[in-house]
Amino acid sequence: MLYTLLCYNKEDVVWSWTKEEDDAVMGRLAVVHEKLVKEGKLGPSLRLLPTTAATTLRGPGLVIDGPFAETKEQLLGFYVIDVENLDAALDVAKQLSAANPTSTYEVRPIALYVPDARPDAPKETIKAY
Amino acid sequence: MSDLAWIHGALTAARPQAVGALLRYFRDMDRAEEAFQDACLRALKNWPEKGPPRDPTAWLIMVGRNAALDTVRKESRTTELPPDEQISDLGDAESELAERLDGSHYRDDVLRLLFICCHPDLQPSQQIALALRIVSGLSIAQIARAFLVSEAAMEQRITRAKQRIAKADVPFEAPGAIERAERLAAVAAMIYLLFNEGYSAGNDSARAPLCDEAIRLARLLLRLFQAEPEIMGLAALMLLQQSRLAARFDANGETILLEDQDRSLWDPKLIQEGLALLDKAMRHNRPGPYQVQAAIAATHSRAATAAQTDWAGIEGLYLALERMQPSPVITLNRAVAVAKLHGPEAALEMIAPLERPLAGYFHFFGARGAFLLQLGRNQEARADFDRAIALANTPAEAAHIRRHLDRLMAEKVS
Repeated sequence: MLYTLLCYNKEDVVWSWTKEEDDAVMGRLAVVHEKLVKEGKLGPSLRLLPTTAATTLRGPGLVIDGPFAETKEQLLGFYVIDVENLDAALDVAKQLSAANPTSTYEVRPIALYVPDARPDAPKETIKAY
Repeated sequence: MSDLAWIHGALTAARPQAVGALLRYFRDMDRAEEAFQDACLRALKNWPEKGPPRDPTAWLIMVGRNAALDTVRKESRTTELPPDEQISDLGDAESELAERLDGSHYRDDVLRLLFICCHPDLQPSQQIALALRIVSGLSIAQIARAFLVSEAAMEQRITRAKQRIAKADVPFEAPGAIERAERLAAVAAMIYLLFNEGYSAGNDSARAPLCDEAIRLARLLLRLFQAEPEIMGLAALMLLQQSRLAARFDANGETILLEDQDRSLWDPKLIQEGLALLDKAMRHNRPGPYQVQAAIAATHSRAATAAQTDWAGIEGLYLALERMQPSPVITLNRAVAVAKLHGPEAALEMIAPLERPLAGYFHFFGARGAFLLQLGRNQEARADFDRAIALANTPAEAAHIRRHLDRLMAEKVS
């Protein structure tokens, strides 16, 4: 079974950490990552830039600065895309939104991307349903 | 990270919002600050035992307000505040307040708090000191260290500034759109001033935190005012400049010019955040000075080596900046790009009219000396470097020019 683990914290606190504090946390996480890699359990992992860098597409045509802020809707899935800039990312989001117009797409730059480390990482789609 | 460190971080992060809301309740800066202090003390006692509340800011506002009201009641010998156990979980009251916090007056609280610090009656140095004390919550000792003055002097500076704003009209009603834009611009200028205070101090570790604090305040403004391209530009500008911190000085603390810096020491995390914010800002098609300056910084960040710098792009951006804010300093900066593109002679010609307005400006003589040096006009270069050293603001600046002079001397001997 595939799982995604979503990490939450107070962003203003985390992004005020000194470099030493940040390095210390990342260092401790790296130890866990290494163990998971050895166990063949770690797929791609990533760290997001703060929500201040986010832009949100609400319906196919409405672009709003800032993150998705509704508490009454839940996270249903996410994409990682590789494009030139924000305009290009929004263009992809608009295509998705056109296909799925009631959903909102928050476009958030990725600060750190670690690719799938499993030696036999699947190339085909895996369905849990 | 220990619990205590987390709590400390949460209290610092909550401070601008909490003090801003308490100021709105009490309309008195000292009372608002005391109420917040009180709430922090209770948080330090309560949170490790009971766990942090869902919304620390709402908790601190509620508890701070109750504590201050309690003080008022005690002064008039009436009922007391319920014991801490009863306020540790505010339940419905907290969530209700949290919901109200999402409302628009919440961001105006923070803006008001920052705006009070930029009162036009205050000197720029007073504005920054006051913001660091009131909004950031730095201690007098920390601020005094950052400004290289004694604690007593800083205490006096802040007390005077507070007295001055206590007498001034503080606008408590919600601002209109134009007023809000004006406040934002004043606050942005103060934040950039704070950043430069830290940035120009070079590698002085006591002042470096000023840059981090300025970035923290800019991120706060960004969260509150999400669609302001100039605030995005300001944050991007500071992040991109700060990304070079580790590369700006050598082991002796001397300045290393941008083109000589080891770019592998630039902080990629800050660069990415800065570029992402600039990207967002550009979508608005409402250019402004912070965005243009950020775009200049971004051009440097994108160049893998100094030789790959897009100088034509930089010249165009400085030209745009000159049109927005005509200033001889900006023309001087454009001349540096012109020197790269068309040679030092063209640059010298361009800056000739600037000598009078920039007669007291270190960088003018440093730059002109460097152009003259490139042309082999060593005698004149030397004279300019001598004047630059006399005008240097920091030891690092003076040392940098001295290196040029040493080179000239060495060439003379050989």
